[in-house]
Amino acid sequence: MTLDDLDAADRRLINRLQDGLPLVARPYAAVAEELGIAEGDLLGRLARLREGGVLSRFGPMYHAERLGGGLTLAALAVPESDFDRVSEAVNAFPEVAHNYRREHELNMWFVLATETPDRIAETIAGIEAATGLTVFNMPKEEEFHVRLHLPV
Amino acid sequence: MSVSTYPSRPALNGDVPDRDARGLDAADRAIVLATQAGLPLVPDPWGAVGREVGMSGEAVLERMQAMLARGVIRRVAAVPNHYRLGYVANGMTVWDVDDAHIARLGREVAAIEGVSHCYRRPRHLPHWPYNLFAMLHGRSVDEVERQVAVLSERLGEACRDHRILYSSRILKKTGLRLAGARPGAASTDTEPRS
Repeated sequence: MTLDDLDAADRRLINRLQDGLPLVARPYAAVAEELGIAEGDLLGRLARLREGGVLSRFGPMYHAERLGGGLTLAALAVPESDFDRVSEAVNAFPEVAHNYRREHELNMWFVLATETPDRIAETIAGIEAATGLTVFNMPKEEEFHVRLHLPV
Repeated sequence: MSVSTYPSRPALNGDVPDRDARGLDAADRAIVLATQAGLPLVPDPWGAVGREVGMSGEAVLERMQAMLARGVIRRVAAVPNHYRLGYVANGMTVWDVDDAHIARLGREVAAIEGVSHCYRRPRHLPHWPYNLFAMLHGRSVDEVERQVAVLSERLGEACRDHRILYSSRILKKTGLRLAGARPGAASTDTEPRS
């Protein structure tokens, strides 16, 4: 499913629901009324957009630290010849939630999410032991903004 | 320019110390576990969650409203797949900003259209001099570079250097596992994604 498969109502729904669902008794009915469509039509469209992969997910966005967990962004400078081995070693840690290759001397960037904040340091030590490389830990010191909105 | 953002809500985005905002009880935790993969797509989603966790729909709704007010839930929303919506250029931009001005400039940069996530992070000298991170999303590299020019102008002389790090390969993308040993799907939007 791609952009071309979306009609005008799909687009309005995607734009509207990126802003957030109202926390009221019949939330989908409330949004459907705003958009001038039936509740059942909205639910069908939303299911199709989710199943079709246009939406990665639909639901509550939780604040990891306020749930009591640990979260950080970390990077490695991986020698090119060793990249696949290191990638495999890093990805084997269940605490690694996302891992991206980026084009820089620090060429591997990953997010660690742990059950408790204490576990971050232990996980970093584990990754250093498994890879033989120094982990550059870059926890957020201040959050200025978190709000992804991609209009279609 | 095709990405819009919203003003930060200070009460939810930094001014509340994290340690004071925790305090999930067992019922909250059960709701988190039941919803972190997604909210049911039925007319009464709160009732559906309630049946799973042994609470009334009214109680689920009240607890979710309270978690939203405390910032434990940022919002209940649709998360688009960037690529499927045509946002193929996703750059992590990093800036070396004068420490004396970063608190003010970080807030200013975060308010610029196109910036989805913006954080202050520690430098690692001499390898890594950058202390301000801003994620940008565009339909082309050109579009991201135009956004970068806007940020650069706003930061002015307080910024010594910057880089755009595009992601060139997703090596892993699984869910975060939070609030319990049970695996769940990704449910936070607190980190760069591209």
